[in-house]
Amino acid sequence: MSGKQPGLEAMELFLAGRLLGVSAALRPGEVTVICGPNGAGKSTLLQCLAGLLMPDGGAVTLDEVPIASLHPRERARAIGYLSQEGEIAWDLSVRNLVALGRLPYGDGGDAQVAAALAALDLETFSSRPVSTLSGGEKARALLARVLAGEPRWILADEPLAALDLGHQLALVGHLRRAALSGAGVVLVLHDLALAMNHADRVLVLDKGRLAADGAPGAALDPALIERVWGVPARWLGEPGARALAVAGR
Amino acid sequence: MKRSVLALSLLLALAVPLSLLAGRVWLDPWATPNAAVILGELRLPRALLAVIVGGGLGAAGAAMQGYLRNPLADPGLFGIAPGAALGAVISLLFGPTIGFWAASAWLLPLFALAGAAGAMLLLALIAGRAGGIALFTLAGMMIASLAGALTSLAISLAPNAFATSEIVVWLLGALTDRGWPDVWLAAPPTLLGITVLRLAGRDLDALTLGEAAARSLGVSPGRLQALLIAGVGLTVGSGVAVAGVIGFVGLMVPHLVRPWTDKRPSSLIVPSALAGALLVLVADCVCRILPLVTELRLGIALSLIGAPFFLHLLLKMRREGTP
Repeated sequence: MSGKQPGLEAMELFLAGRLLGVSAALRPGEVTVICGPNGAGKSTLLQCLAGLLMPDGGAVTLDEVPIASLHPRERARAIGYLSQEGEIAWDLSVRNLVALGRLPYGDGGDAQVAAALAALDLETFSSRPVSTLSGGEKARALLARVLAGEPRWILADEPLAALDLGHQLALVGHLRRAALSGAGVVLVLHDLALAMNHADRVLVLDKGRLAADGAPGAALDPALIERVWGVPARWLGEPGARALAVAGR
Repeated sequence: MKRSVLALSLLLALAVPLSLLAGRVWLDPWATPNAAVILGELRLPRALLAVIVGGGLGAAGAAMQGYLRNPLADPGLFGIAPGAALGAVISLLFGPTIGFWAASAWLLPLFALAGAAGAMLLLALIAGRAGGIALFTLAGMMIASLAGALTSLAISLAPNAFATSEIVVWLLGALTDRGWPDVWLAAPPTLLGITVLRLAGRDLDALTLGEAAARSLGVSPGRLQALLIAGVGLTVGSGVAVAGVIGFVGLMVPHLVRPWTDKRPSSLIVPSALAGALLVLVADCVCRILPLVTELRLGIALSLIGAPFFLHLLLKMRREGTP
């Protein structure tokens, strides 16, 4: 429209003790995974990208506009954020939970809520209270909540942590579909094999600094894993179905 | 209109006229002498006050529970009720020394409102702009305990036993001997407060997902906090100003109403206001009817119901293993 380069960009982010000058330009349509050991600054970086945390130095821009200058509602329409806790304080119905994603628009958004429920195969659950859902169903409902807002960016902190293998793959599939339809997807993941097999791009954080940034095969090479995580490891299997073998002593 | 709102409105519409007849003297509008005076000057304002005070406490409780994401939260946690009580106690203590003003029925409620406003201001100053919920709650508890200590200090400074007992009795909370001036004083701020709390409804809904997710949905924590301070301050402050400290309504009512709603905090505010009005109205009638030598104070009656209710909730939570 305005000829601006679309994207979510972190420029020299600095946050005392947590981020020490991190820069990365993220592109829509890609699944970007942020990896790193505990305390490396992954969640902090994600919250800065989501506009929820103001860095002490540097800036985040959305389509070349500083995110700090956006009205909170405008930012909320552009960026959907899925927190690590996955908290649902009250026992809402699945439909009402998903409809929370429409709050930035101030409408009921029946069509978008229905579409989000359908996208995550939740139509038959729509009137069930969330307390009756299994872990996998709950994770889907929370993602549907984000999709209902039709954000251009989906930022999720450890969305797969509490899920079993099958549900992890299903959720990754849903996120991939969102990326294929044009959204930028940014995930914080601990599981390096998931990152290796499903990311288009991997950012590795180490003690608040960017240790690697690139295609998963390059960013997650065994030498770097050993340097950052302190664990000797090597990749097994075929591309797209790789497993990480951690060497024992 | 939603079913719960409709049902509670009907119940309230039924209870108000019935309450006018109830009392130490049961009233027959056609036979009792001076029925019109008793109804118009005593029982009607008292019934309306019960509705106003209960409505405010119910709505404030619903909003507080939504804000703290905790079904055990009570508007008292914000320190606004203790602040208002402190203001009232100060007026009882120093009122007689300022001559002409002492005769005014407005003195005590105005001091109470000033106390509530002071607590609100302090809360806003301490909590600041960041809007963190934990800090806010701790600030409220600090203000509550400070106001409580100052109230005790005021009681200990009372010049004589009569003044002490006047203060203590007022603190117990009641709707005895209230009139139209109290209604005019409490109704506008309470209605305004409930309206403000309703404005916070969407933001409270977003908080269902936690603080970070709520902010990602465009909720401004500072704005939400300001709405809550204003809404709870207006409803609870004016309630204390006319009725003294009445506990447990804000805790019990949202609980009783929640199962009949879709559980969204925003859906709970108006039904809680209606149910709070109903509860205080009925409790006040019971206080009037009970054949005791002196009328049971409303605040005591509601605490007598409320404490076992709270215990029941705790035991239920323990059974279900939720924190």
